[in-house]
Amino acid sequence: MQSLFIPFSTIVIKEVSRFTRIWVQTILPPAISMTLYFVIFGSLIGPRIGTMNGFDYIDYIAPGIIMMSIINNAYANVVSSFYGAKFQRHIEEMLVAPIPNFIILAGFVTGGVVRGFMVGAVVTIVALFFTDLQLHSFPITIAVVLMTSIVFSLAGMINAIFATKFDDISIIPTFVLTPLIYLGGVFYSIDMLPEFWQKVSAFNPILYMVNAFRYGMLGESDISITHAFIMLIVFTITLLIVSLQLLNRGVGIKS
Amino acid sequence: MPALEIKNLNKIYSNKFEALKGIDLNVNQGDFFALLGPNGAGKSTTIGIICGLVNKTSGTVKVFGNDIDTENDAAKACIGVVPQELNFSQFESCLSIVLNQGGYYGVSRSVAMERAEKYLKKLGLWEKRNECSRNLSGGMKRRLMIARALIHEPKMLILDEPTAGVDVELRRSMWDFLIDLNQQGVTIVLTTHYLEEAESLCKNIAIIDQGIIVEDTSMKQLLSKLDKETFIFDLVESIATLPDLNGLSSKLIDPTTVEIEILRKDNINQVFDVFTSNNINVCSMRNKSNRLEELFLDLLNNNNKTD
Repeated sequence: MQSLFIPFSTIVIKEVSRFTRIWVQTILPPAISMTLYFVIFGSLIGPRIGTMNGFDYIDYIAPGIIMMSIINNAYANVVSSFYGAKFQRHIEEMLVAPIPNFIILAGFVTGGVVRGFMVGAVVTIVALFFTDLQLHSFPITIAVVLMTSIVFSLAGMINAIFATKFDDISIIPTFVLTPLIYLGGVFYSIDMLPEFWQKVSAFNPILYMVNAFRYGMLGESDISITHAFIMLIVFTITLLIVSLQLLNRGVGIKS
Repeated sequence: MPALEIKNLNKIYSNKFEALKGIDLNVNQGDFFALLGPNGAGKSTTIGIICGLVNKTSGTVKVFGNDIDTENDAAKACIGVVPQELNFSQFESCLSIVLNQGGYYGVSRSVAMERAEKYLKKLGLWEKRNECSRNLSGGMKRRLMIARALIHEPKMLILDEPTAGVDVELRRSMWDFLIDLNQQGVTIVLTTHYLEEAESLCKNIAIIDQGIIVEDTSMKQLLSKLDKETFIFDLVESIATLPDLNGLSSKLIDPTTVEIEILRKDNINQVFDVFTSNNINVCSMRNKSNRLEELFLDLLNNNNKTD
């Protein structure tokens, strides 16, 4: 166990020091963009919208905005770090060493989770300047943040494994992740949608994460919390198996 | 038990290029082994497979008895590798690159720190330990990769063209470092394009061409196959024509430089006898090219003819 802990902790420390060293590119931007969300959608437009499902609009969207920053940053951390390691070829430092692939995966995913938590904490502090946040259930809130960070770190890993150029690591966040986040109930309740679009929304994984997180904070969700957790577990296990299989086969990293 | 045992190793890349065609190779423990070949011959593919960077198509590779298929971790722990291309993060310090590599091999931070100091000092990089790696000179970057490869104190060090683009002085100091390491018991496998380097350092040699081992022998035996050598004689005074050198193939390159081909059965003294009797004074004499280079080219030419 000791022999696995040293390589694992080495990867984690390297990952965390990487994104904290460039905090102006990694921690600061979400703080600024989320401040703008709170100012525009919360303080300026929010009062005109009134309430949503019994909550002030700013209180309703706050969990979604925090979750949005966690998703983006967990994904961005792993996709950019792993692809950067491939591009500069220093991924070979790990491949020549006797590290099992699951430890490499765990190291990168932990880096993504730590960044997700740190950015989530920063955005939460920003939110406190605009509203009094509630906390319905601390364990559920933390569990959702943890599982969501893991899911999107794994997704970032899969993206990085297949990426062959820098364009490939920006296409998915721009054309897939961002639309899914915006259509995942961050700014509205899916009860507002026509029935057809409610059914379509059920295929959006982010819907379950945003609603589970909102439940943890407000005790309010469009989806049953059990259903949301089952979906989170399914996503986590599926992406874990896929990414580990890809690493074991050496896709994108071995010729 | 050999340090490295390769049997019937094949590699066909996804573009159908057959890089290795069933090679067999043995490297003994404590050996200083040269793997030579022209560009694209299969050297880096072979090294990539041994180190776990390239998936083999078929065949077996054992490192100190550990099969890379079934005892991969044990095999990897025995190897330190210095690749041909720079492959470290350009944004990290020298020290953290070396320490992290120790971590990947399961070396504790305190032990890794001691070793990092030892090897960075030996390789003249200790003063640069906190410098960002991208700011190092080309030679320093190559030495950094050697220090990194040694952090887990491997039993076998594989160097893929370690002195490419390194100046003469630095190359010599790297040779001394490698000789010292070999004397301490580390098996060294070296690929290089500098044949003088292989001749000076290595005890045994294999030559690979188009994915086939065309020669696998000791350096002494290989050099003994050289049936002729070409020498260049620099003369003190100019001469207009060359006297008859008892039938030896010769030519006057310019009025003070003579090129003479001497077969193994011939005696070089006869050249001096002729020069002395003709009042021609020689100020220096040297091989036209490295001896191994001549053999290397002959072997590759023969291999191309048999294709």
